[in-house]
Amino acid sequence: MAALSFPSNFLTTTIDKAARWARTQSMWPATFGLACCAIEMMATGAAHNDLARFGMEVFRASPRQADLMIVAGRVSQKMAPVLRQVYDQMPDPKWVISMGACASSGGMFNNYALVQGVDEVVPVDVYVPGCPPGPQSLMHGILTLQRMIVEGKVAS
Amino acid sequence: MGVMSELWKGLRVTGRIGLRSLVGRGIVTTEYPKEFRTKPQRFHGRHVLNRYPDGMEKCIGCELCAGACPAQCIYVRGADNAPDDPNSPGERFGYVYEINMLRCIFCALCVEACPTEAITMTHLFEMSVTSREEAIYTKEELLMRPDGTVPHPRPDDPYADLSELEVADGWVRATAPSGSAAYEGVKMWQDTAGPASWDPEPDQETRDA
Repeated sequence: MAALSFPSNFLTTTIDKAARWARTQSMWPATFGLACCAIEMMATGAAHNDLARFGMEVFRASPRQADLMIVAGRVSQKMAPVLRQVYDQMPDPKWVISMGACASSGGMFNNYALVQGVDEVVPVDVYVPGCPPGPQSLMHGILTLQRMIVEGKVAS
Repeated sequence: MGVMSELWKGLRVTGRIGLRSLVGRGIVTTEYPKEFRTKPQRFHGRHVLNRYPDGMEKCIGCELCAGACPAQCIYVRGADNAPDDPNSPGERFGYVYEINMLRCIFCALCVEACPTEAITMTHLFEMSVTSREEAIYTKEELLMRPDGTVPHPRPDDPYADLSELEVADGWVRATAPSGSAAYEGVKMWQDTAGPASWDPEPDQETRDA
């Protein structure tokens, strides 16, 4: 009988790992382009970089169908409540990528009109530096997030 | 009938491109983590602080880069060199050097402002971080080692091509104090332990052809 003894929670942890892997393979992004970063986000979805390789080609207009919010661009004080509402409407599990200097920290717009970093409004999992980050930079951020989810380093 | 012929016309294009991609022709997608796109010579990537060939730091702590930075992402504090063990030629050196990569807009105005060509840019762009603290690069990450290699905060990152750190941004050649506008066929910056082999840049007509 000793040969048949599994470590405790063998089944549930294995399912959890499989579920985490499966979640990374089709993270549908919510469309949240706010500025020039959105152009690069669109380029990431286009043929030359093809976000469909990661199962992410469907940018959902409805937050109810999205798993990942890519905040692409500067968030003004007036946009902040909208952003939070979109985030709240997304079903769990959900993740946030803060794309570019403005979304991550305010960037060069250090003034009263802009939120100095979108993490003041929503919890951010991965920050992508760049102004704007190119498609490959964004994909690096996405891959970083995927790896963190698989390793269980972020809540999912 | 009209609809069917229009449909046939459109699907013929789809089918042609689809069949061509099956035999591996006409595919435009770059499989990013496996292959990298060739970047333009003047691509602005991560910064690096250079050294002279004898191992001395080029930065003199003058804070001109911090003054030129439109995003105010650079923090420099200079300190006096110890006379018997100097860090840089001259009186002062950069004692603290920090760049907040999340504020940086990679405009290379710091590179233009630097009087000693201490700060340059490389071609590395994979810098995604999971916390804002990680994005603040200190002198430890920015300053190259005496052997000319460049440190990186995440050397085991499977998705980053760290050889990009060896490629320096060609922009300095036209804007550096020792540079000249007529960069064509001229190798600038031979006298450096920098991370670069500086091939002469072709003139614009050749490049665009």
